[in-house]
Amino acid sequence: MAVPFSYSLRNLWKRRLTTILTVSGMALVVFVFAAILMMAEGLEKTLVETGSYDNAVVFRKGSTSEVMSSIERNQTSIVEMLPQVAIDQHGRRLLAKEAVVLIALQKRGDEKAASHSNVVVRGVEENSIPLRPQVKLVSGRMFRMGSSEIIVGNSIAKGFKGVGLQGTLNWGMRTWTVVGVFDAGNTGFSSEIWGDVDQVMQAFRRPVYSAVIFKLQSPGDFPAAKRAIETDPRLTLEAKRETRYYLDQSEMMAKFLRILGLSLTVIFSIGAVIGAMITMYSAVANRIGEIGTMRALGFRRRNILAAFLAESLLLGLIGGAVGLFCASFMQFITVSTVNFQTFSELAFKFTLTGPIVLQAMVFSLVMGLIGGLLPAFRASRMNIVEALRAA
Amino acid sequence: MDQGSKSPNDKQNIVEIRHLYKSYRRGSLVVPVLHDITFDIAAGEFLALMGPSGSGKTTLLNLLAGIDKADEGSIRVGDLDITTFSETELAHWRANHVGFIFQFYNLIPVLKAIENVELPLHLTSLSKRERREHSETALRMVGLEHRMDHYPKELSGGEQQRVAIARAIVTDPTILVADEPTGDLDRVSAEEILAMMERLNSEMGKTIIMVTHDPRAAQRAKILRHLEKGYLNDSPKSGHDDSQDTL
Amino acid sequence: MTILKILFRNAFHNKLRSGLTILGIAVAILAFGLLRTVVSSWYAGVEAASASRLVTRNAISIIFPLPLSYNEKIRQLEGVKMVSYGNWFGGIYIDEKNFFPNFCVEPRTYLEIYPEFVLSPAEKKAFIADRKGFVAGRKLAAKYGWKIGDTVTLKGTIYPGNWDFVLRGIYKGRDDTTDETQFYFHWDYLNETIKKSSAQRADQVGFYMIAVTRPDLAAEVALAVDKTFKNSLAETLTETEKAFNQGFIAMSGAIVTAIQMVSFVVIIIIMAVVANTMAMTTRERIGDYAIMKTLGFGSREITVLIFGESLVITLTGCFTGMILTYPAAAAFGQALANFFPVFIVSPDTLYLDVLAAVLIGCLAAVIPTRQAIRIGIADGLRRIG
Repeated sequence: MAVPFSYSLRNLWKRRLTTILTVSGMALVVFVFAAILMMAEGLEKTLVETGSYDNAVVFRKGSTSEVMSSIERNQTSIVEMLPQVAIDQHGRRLLAKEAVVLIALQKRGDEKAASHSNVVVRGVEENSIPLRPQVKLVSGRMFRMGSSEIIVGNSIAKGFKGVGLQGTLNWGMRTWTVVGVFDAGNTGFSSEIWGDVDQVMQAFRRPVYSAVIFKLQSPGDFPAAKRAIETDPRLTLEAKRETRYYLDQSEMMAKFLRILGLSLTVIFSIGAVIGAMITMYSAVANRIGEIGTMRALGFRRRNILAAFLAESLLLGLIGGAVGLFCASFMQFITVSTVNFQTFSELAFKFTLTGPIVLQAMVFSLVMGLIGGLLPAFRASRMNIVEALRAA
Repeated sequence: MDQGSKSPNDKQNIVEIRHLYKSYRRGSLVVPVLHDITFDIAAGEFLALMGPSGSGKTTLLNLLAGIDKADEGSIRVGDLDITTFSETELAHWRANHVGFIFQFYNLIPVLKAIENVELPLHLTSLSKRERREHSETALRMVGLEHRMDHYPKELSGGEQQRVAIARAIVTDPTILVADEPTGDLDRVSAEEILAMMERLNSEMGKTIIMVTHDPRAAQRAKILRHLEKGYLNDSPKSGHDDSQDTL
Repeated sequence: MTILKILFRNAFHNKLRSGLTILGIAVAILAFGLLRTVVSSWYAGVEAASASRLVTRNAISIIFPLPLSYNEKIRQLEGVKMVSYGNWFGGIYIDEKNFFPNFCVEPRTYLEIYPEFVLSPAEKKAFIADRKGFVAGRKLAAKYGWKIGDTVTLKGTIYPGNWDFVLRGIYKGRDDTTDETQFYFHWDYLNETIKKSSAQRADQVGFYMIAVTRPDLAAEVALAVDKTFKNSLAETLTETEKAFNQGFIAMSGAIVTAIQMVSFVVIIIIMAVVANTMAMTTRERIGDYAIMKTLGFGSREITVLIFGESLVITLTGCFTGMILTYPAAAAFGQALANFFPVFIVSPDTLYLDVLAAVLIGCLAAVIPTRQAIRIGIADGLRRIG
């Protein structure tokens, strides 16, 4: 580029206030853009990681979540006998039948009336634990089978009242004691309460299971298992890989976040681009003399165009960097909300990924480009003599 | 033809202007500015173009310098008829052959003195080091190398004009054009600048075309030409030299 | 020339800059209006809810049912005008994408409790008479082109199988906050069908709706209902419909708050950029104002000119934005109809728009006005040359 880069850079510094305001506008738009993508990403990531690729989930055909699914005992016995179910070194089938219900718990911190959320209570069997390697106890101990003891995910312990270690909950005419807190990383399990499946089914008077989860002998066995389950006339069941199952549960919400967020971002970005345009037009108007001088010295129209475009692209670059920088702090925030699809509590983090960084920077640069294009054209199309006269 | 380093008495013409016409359009109105201008400028000449306001002298300067296009006529500088040039060719030509000195210095505010002088060199293929060297040399010639890292707003009017002169000569151009170079300066600074221009002309043989209505500036020039209402006066008056120029 | 004419001429002197500034303001106003409408739509359910209706559900959580036998007991409580009941059906129409709320209810009592669902007497009668009949809200019927007499099939998720219904009535909302995207059919139809396949799920109700005789009795009646069923197999939780809906919203409260916060800040920044422009323009005109001073204009006239010009621009932008808000809201509401059944721009929003525009217009004019008044004539004139 013939006109030195420092020309563009220093001119931004010269009109500091205007530059800061314009950059702030762009930074905020990039921040919103990135935050929304981070939210959708975090949501999907949480749900995908909740599953394992070599686990299969079997549930009632057509139900969109475990809560709505019900499987009778006789059907589960059929599934248990499938050849694709993995067997561990002790000869045990790595399969668990689970019952999932929702209970209403009051959120911590919100003292105003009825700020509660629906929390998943998952009745599990002993086999459930090895099937979920992501789940690790961090305090207390595992509950005893056959008792009214429960363990809670750390998101629940943190976010809800009275469910920490030694806390008690009342339902189904029984008192349940929290004897352990577990960490399931960024997965949906961190927002769940686990107890003995038989106890849970009794207390809630639900003699049916919600889902059967089993580990596949080898991941490639899934299609055969799926076929066996879905074509069996005795069964009214469906099977999905655990990862797919949970990913599907985030679909509606992720879509909602993306549509809402992106359409708002588009509107905001129009405003930011207009701000950039106004700034650049004004910059050009103030530097008519300089433009004439440079053209007289022999700089070409395209050199002038490039110099001013460089300025607006720089605005976009700085705005994008600042916006992303601020957005990266969102990673410390955990969103606690109800998943529209499953109707149950879900906690997830804002997640920043490489592609999001790239998308945000490109978006910002494009804003700078669009905002600066017309003013840069105006600068380059000036007549030398008139420009010098106006100096 | 070699240009720029001949002694002032050499009669080789470096600029030949033939039957130049120029008018401006203002809406539907056509305003004629220059009418049948024909004259020569010798290499190493120091020419002052004078005339009342509206006489077209600045327009003539602009055409000579290649920043405006004539309606009719030809301008030969060296071997080249610049009236046939495209915009791109003109830009390239100006970068190599013309040095500008403006009334209001026209320095770039965000560039330091040395960077202002260096600016035209960005249009050449010199390396960064070479550009630096040439710029420092030019600044030294105008006596301002100790202020090379200062911004224009930190310099006085006279100093700014000197930086502008350094910028004008750094590419070793064929001609120097100056539009009211002393118009915004106090008397002392004006004298300094004119003395410098005189030295450039006499010691370095630079061909200078200056538009002015300051009689003191005109005195420094060797040749005077007058324009009135777009017409060139037939007989050029000389400055100190008594050499006659033929048309 | 009247002063207004001067103001307009000045304001649009540099058409490009003024045009862009007005556009910028319009966009900011548009964004602000849309966001406020999004937030108020979120709360639309609460707005539409009545304080003299109560919702009774299983105290453990909403997914657990209540026995049908509770109906009689509730009806006999003091202060209860009428009881109805229903279940969330959660059926899918063709595809999961076509989400709309669908319930089975006790038709006669439900329609009495919800006078805001307006049906012609003929349609009401036809619905009650046909066990397989259903009523749909006006917007819902329009979206899928359903006509009276059409058969519509829903795929059950909670209650599996394909369920056929016949459209017997299309209800209109009495108020503009009424949700017109709902689908109601007979509770009896569900119950009878279930009795045949899984008898143990029969005679169970998802929720009870209670209309009280006087609104001030609501709290009392709620307590009475819960007291009645305390220590039974299915304990109840009764609250006003408003509180119930609010509880739902609180669940995604985090998201709503986030949207509100971010939008305010973004809009402030964009407005600041615009204010900066306006200040720039006025600053450039200092010369003009100096000339006017030489002609005898005083501080008051200059102030009026600068403020006036600034306000002309901001208000023009504001009105442009306000006008654009309506079609934008309509488009938005259409796209997100699944989530926001009610999407209307409130008058409050418009008042705030104008207030914001006036504020920005004045703020942008303050400093330039001060400069214009203070500047010496000679200084000002020098700035022109």
